[in-house]
Amino acid sequence: MAEVLVLVDHTDGQVKKTTAELLTIARRLGTPSAVFVGSNVDAARPRLAQFGAEKVYVVDNGDVTDYLVAPLAEALAAVVEQASPAAVLLPSSGTNKEAAARLSIKTSSGLITDALDVTAGDGGGVVTTQSAFAGQFTVTATVTKGAPIITVKPNACPPQASQAGATVVPVELSVSEGAKTAKITESKPKEKSGRPELTEAAMVVSGGRGTAGDFSPVEAFADVLGAAVGASRAAVDAGWYPHANQVGQTGKQVSPQLYVACGISGAIQHRAGMQTSKTIVAVNKDEEAPIFELVDFGVVGDLFEVLPQATEAVKAKKS
Amino acid sequence: MNIVVCVKYVPDAQGDRTFKDDNTTDREGVDGLLSELDEYAVEAALALNESGEGEVTVVTVGPDAAGDAVKKALQMGADKGVHVCDDAIHGSDAAATSLVLAEAIKKAGEFDLVLTGLASTDGTMSVVPAMLAERLGLPQVTQVSTLDVDGTKVSGRRDSDVASETIEASLPALVSVTDQINEPRYPSFKGIMAAKKKPVETWSLADLGVDAGQVGLEGSWTKVVSFAKRPPREQGEIVTDEGDGGTKLAEFLAAQKFV
Repeated sequence: MAEVLVLVDHTDGQVKKTTAELLTIARRLGTPSAVFVGSNVDAARPRLAQFGAEKVYVVDNGDVTDYLVAPLAEALAAVVEQASPAAVLLPSSGTNKEAAARLSIKTSSGLITDALDVTAGDGGGVVTTQSAFAGQFTVTATVTKGAPIITVKPNACPPQASQAGATVVPVELSVSEGAKTAKITESKPKEKSGRPELTEAAMVVSGGRGTAGDFSPVEAFADVLGAAVGASRAAVDAGWYPHANQVGQTGKQVSPQLYVACGISGAIQHRAGMQTSKTIVAVNKDEEAPIFELVDFGVVGDLFEVLPQATEAVKAKKS
Repeated sequence: MNIVVCVKYVPDAQGDRTFKDDNTTDREGVDGLLSELDEYAVEAALALNESGEGEVTVVTVGPDAAGDAVKKALQMGADKGVHVCDDAIHGSDAAATSLVLAEAIKKAGEFDLVLTGLASTDGTMSVVPAMLAERLGLPQVTQVSTLDVDGTKVSGRRDSDVASETIEASLPALVSVTDQINEPRYPSFKGIMAAKKKPVETWSLADLGVDAGQVGLEGSWTKVVSFAKRPPREQGEIVTDEGDGGTKLAEFLAAQKFV
């Protein structure tokens, strides 16, 4: 079976859950090979082997991290050249989508982004499922030219272990001068909140205009559930919460098991970011708020009263 | 500075967006407009040229009605427009669209900067800027929330989940901006009147030397196979807080095994 490349999402060799999901998906399409860009592959190998990577292509070249996107695309192109894969899977992120975009043009291969599911097509090839128009439609698509390049959203499938060799294959790469034109001159790591990452979290609690700038009840409720914290655009525009936490059309699109919207009216732009959540709960003072059209459970009330009471009740149930 | 801004005409997100029988986006049944996220790119271009010389050229690829997106940008203050319009483009995917845009940008003349928004509000892929950079051989300074041009250098801040980065490149370059970068202006009455006299060129694929077989439904490298409207979510139980709303919420979550 042909190889299916999976770009490894990692921080200094610590492999993220999305990689295990993509390796699981890759096994539906062929033989998974991981593509590890960066250093410390030894730390990553056991996890890659556990989820079925037969090979691990390693590109360890400082130029890839010093310059924006273009060298990563060259790295991927070099591995594609070497492996002639049946498909290339990448975790959906701003940088990966852009690298995939350049790879698509370099290799004249079709690109599909933000897949919620990927399966093998009847006559070969791949079939993907995506959300369209703020989650109001589901579309399936396929690639008609080249080796399909697919970026896949987090939580696309439950990771399934399947031990494999994870044989390291070093890839020599000399990044072209043309790819070294957009330099990353400074990089400040984001402060860690200690909470789960928004796009990967199983549960998300979000606050909006109704918080009036005080997110403490939202955060307390998120913490007792072990949830990530999100915010509506109104809350972010008002400067109440960081843009990195924005859920919606111009922020993150999340699809958790549970989404709790607090003081969020539910405009289409917000719904675009959370409509595909499995279970939706809302707390809002305004019983006419459109968010209530979507909910599995809603409380018409003041979040400053409802959330602290719910936080205490959850605490009591847990102990 | 000469700046080219790429803009897209999209169906209004407030409308009833849908697909047509050939699985392409319905661009006629719903009122269209300049993609909201492109307004930030137009504003960024106008702000950069406020005190300097040079022109802001707006380029769009789309059906007849897409001229409205160009018009809006001209009303905001852009100097001239280019509208690539050809029936053969119908159904083009991102890669095919980037090919047409790249050729149109080359034909539009000398430029220092190509500016785009973060993503279109209909396709939402956010890949055309990087594809353009690849096709045009330009450095990409993308997804930035600040933008500075100093002589021949352009720089901006790019925020991701893990880091806040400063990106720097030499001109000419391709820049995409987020909705955090500025507050787009509304067209003034004067702007609306002035826009009527601004030049807009309409080009076909033949004008660009692009073969119709490379674009459209047939020439694209991807294909939408099917679409289905998601069934509306069924509204669940709504309770009014009478002093026990939080408790009821916790009970619901426990019943659903979230606690």
